[in-house]
Amino acid sequence: MSAPSDNMPIAVSAPRTRPLLLRHLPYFIGAAVLVALAATMQFDGYILNILMEATTFAIAVFGLSVVLGLCGQINLAQAAFFGLGAYAVGIGTSDYHLSYWFCIAGGCILALLAGALLGMSTLRLGGHYLAMVTISFQQIVTLVMINTIWLTHGPDGVSNIGRPDLFTSAQSYLAFCVAMLALVGYAVWHLSDTRLGRAMRAVRDNELAAGVVGIDVFRTKVSAFALSAVLGGLAGGLFAGGFAYVSPDQFSFAESVVFLTMSLLGGVASPIGSAIGTGLLILIPEWLRFLKSVPGLYLAIYGLSVILIIRYMPDGIWGFVNLATARWRAKARVHAAGLALLLKPATIGGNIVLEVKGLAKYFGGLKAVDDVDIEVRRGGVHALIGPNGSGKTTTLNVLSGLYKATAGRVILDGTDVTDMPPHQRAAAGLGRTFQNIRLFRSMTALENVVIGAERPGNTLLGNGGDALTERAMSALTFVGLGVRANELISSFSYGHQRLIEIARALAANPTLLLLDEPAAGLNSSEKMELHELLKRIAAQGLTILIIDHDMTLVSEAAQHITVLNFGRRIADGESMAVLRHPDVVSAYLGTD
Amino acid sequence: MDLALQLLFTGIGIGAVYALVALGFVLIFRATNVVNFAQGEFSMVAAYLMVVFAVDLGWPYWLSFLLALAGMALLGAIFNLGVYYPLRHRTFLPVIIATIGASILLANSVLAIYGPQPQVLEGWFDTPGIQLGPVYLDSQYLLIIAVTIVLVIFNYWFFEHTMLGKKLQATSQDKEMASLLGISVSTMIMITFIYSAVLGGLAGILVAPVLFVSIQMGSTIALKAFAATIIGGFGDVAGAIIGGLALGIIETFGAAYISVPYKDGFAFLVLVAFLIFRPQGIFGERVAEKA
Repeated sequence: MSAPSDNMPIAVSAPRTRPLLLRHLPYFIGAAVLVALAATMQFDGYILNILMEATTFAIAVFGLSVVLGLCGQINLAQAAFFGLGAYAVGIGTSDYHLSYWFCIAGGCILALLAGALLGMSTLRLGGHYLAMVTISFQQIVTLVMINTIWLTHGPDGVSNIGRPDLFTSAQSYLAFCVAMLALVGYAVWHLSDTRLGRAMRAVRDNELAAGVVGIDVFRTKVSAFALSAVLGGLAGGLFAGGFAYVSPDQFSFAESVVFLTMSLLGGVASPIGSAIGTGLLILIPEWLRFLKSVPGLYLAIYGLSVILIIRYMPDGIWGFVNLATARWRAKARVHAAGLALLLKPATIGGNIVLEVKGLAKYFGGLKAVDDVDIEVRRGGVHALIGPNGSGKTTTLNVLSGLYKATAGRVILDGTDVTDMPPHQRAAAGLGRTFQNIRLFRSMTALENVVIGAERPGNTLLGNGGDALTERAMSALTFVGLGVRANELISSFSYGHQRLIEIARALAANPTLLLLDEPAAGLNSSEKMELHELLKRIAAQGLTILIIDHDMTLVSEAAQHITVLNFGRRIADGESMAVLRHPDVVSAYLGTD
Repeated sequence: MDLALQLLFTGIGIGAVYALVALGFVLIFRATNVVNFAQGEFSMVAAYLMVVFAVDLGWPYWLSFLLALAGMALLGAIFNLGVYYPLRHRTFLPVIIATIGASILLANSVLAIYGPQPQVLEGWFDTPGIQLGPVYLDSQYLLIIAVTIVLVIFNYWFFEHTMLGKKLQATSQDKEMASLLGISVSTMIMITFIYSAVLGGLAGILVAPVLFVSIQMGSTIALKAFAATIIGGFGDVAGAIIGGLALGIIETFGAAYISVPYKDGFAFLVLVAFLIFRPQGIFGERVAEKA
């Protein structure tokens, strides 16, 4: 979708791979032991069925932990994707005598395509659309399974489903499923620390900020949704082989609800939680079999559980355990303070970094910004000031792509960015902060800044994940918060959160930094610090466009000032001259 | 041609039901910024209440009707207190999930109590309908259309010309400002939930004689009503009504000319087509988050 992101070095975490694998050796040993147990222990048929169900369901629930837990998007059709995989294996091996491997791959691809299409049609819109569309999709899949009898055998279902030649016995097939569970679990567990996983969490925490730091929000959501669908399809394919029989009622909306409840109960944010939730909700109904004798009763209890979990235990069992044991766990080590922050703004265009020509933004009949020209010269601090409602923040939002310009052009360092979405502008070298701070609140300060450093097109990144962390550390150290890198955002004061936001923008090594009222809400000593910080940034040659009300700050820091009033430019030029301009004085103080 | 006229009448009748439920959706969405996924279950529960009062207990139809609506008002209040209100300061995702949980709870509680067998509810009138030229006008459909027209007019009068209506509007537009002006926001939200539950219940009672009274009727109606709100433009009252009517007509013609088993699928196809080509709907949704 976005060409500029292709410039990014790809193998970000390559050099860390070996020690990572070494550190996670216990996981693989544990997984191998489980697979060996599954393959050798003597189970009776009943236990074997429960284990098979738990294993395959857990993979489907992992899918939910990606889309709902990491990315914050809802999927109420996981049973439908599960069903696509199951029917692909069922119909393929039973009716058409195709190879199991071919069928399960086909099922995954089918689920992937369905998930991607569904996501692409809906994910630009709000979350309630996604919820309804996934429910609708779920209903359609059930309708098709029941009604296309020539293909699916209708309500009778598909029987005599095959298994791969390698694993024909139920026991060996179970071992195979456990191995798949371990692999998928490992991948999902580590997803959250990859570039894509961080992007998903950023989108979940704050969509607007994610776009502005260079994340393609739409593509990230579609990826999460498609990934969740694939895991559903894979789980369904495994399930079909395990039970040798599938029918439409196994993949109904009720089953999607069961998956959702499993995921919420265990803790939606982590695969461990998913596994716990799945295990519990498979075992509990087995213990309370009498509940199943009354149709609807156990689903009613699931519905009630969903309401109660959301209200009293929003992070699920695993989240609760994590919180309770947090004080016993060793505090994460503080990384060695990074090297001094290096800023090396790109210089492609000429002397003018930002050229705004005839910019206008109308909201209906309201001309919030009207025919504004701004020229920001390279290497200085340029201030955009004006009374309340003069159109400053609107201008900034148009510049960063959050609003679409009604008219005019925006040229950043020689590139016309007028029609680009926010993440492409970030890739082109635009960084910004927000007046009402927009950080990723569930993450640490360091993680926030790492996401900034990951900006596509950041030329200062060496290869490897360590370089990313180093760059983020030096940015945090630069604003004076290096020692608190591993603390969660919520533990920082308002002023410090502002500094983290600035560090996030600096780590990206932007060509132009937009600061939206950075002094708002700061006390006088914090304002002094901010002023010092601005000086140090400007000393490295980074161009800053700042909006603020604090005239002392503006007049001391900025060499050049543009003044807006009622959406129009009323003055522009060298600081002192502009501040004495009669129109400016009257705009601020009124005229007699 | 005669068939087409007949289908048009039926389509408008069923579309009116979707419109009523969609109206409930829109009112709650405007007051709370949350889509209530249990809106369809309100219709289902009301229909079952009618079965209990009018069929099982044999009480007069009008009394059963009033009792069922009173029951819905109570359910709306409980729903607000138990599901929405405790989560009002959280983001929309937990609230959506909680309303989905409530929808599952309601549907399956009724299933556990009443069993899976669909129930039959007689229509309000003894006369089944009248023949008007080539078109047969079913009396229940006539009633549905009449009630919908009355309710739309009432809704307009209530929100535009009464103090309570204006307070509700103020709450839905800016909660903080409304509370500063002395409007009790929590009371307004409570009224909205009660009103929406009664609207949804009314739709369920009206449509019950046309369909069977079943557990699935809630989710089916809710999906159609949601599609209707998107077609009309999310959050727009006129849009919800026009979207509902349009969907009823499309679906009826689709079932007659294309395929009966996939009747419930047409709403989804229309929905996806709108999402791709005109996501803001006919009248347009006001979506913009301030940076």
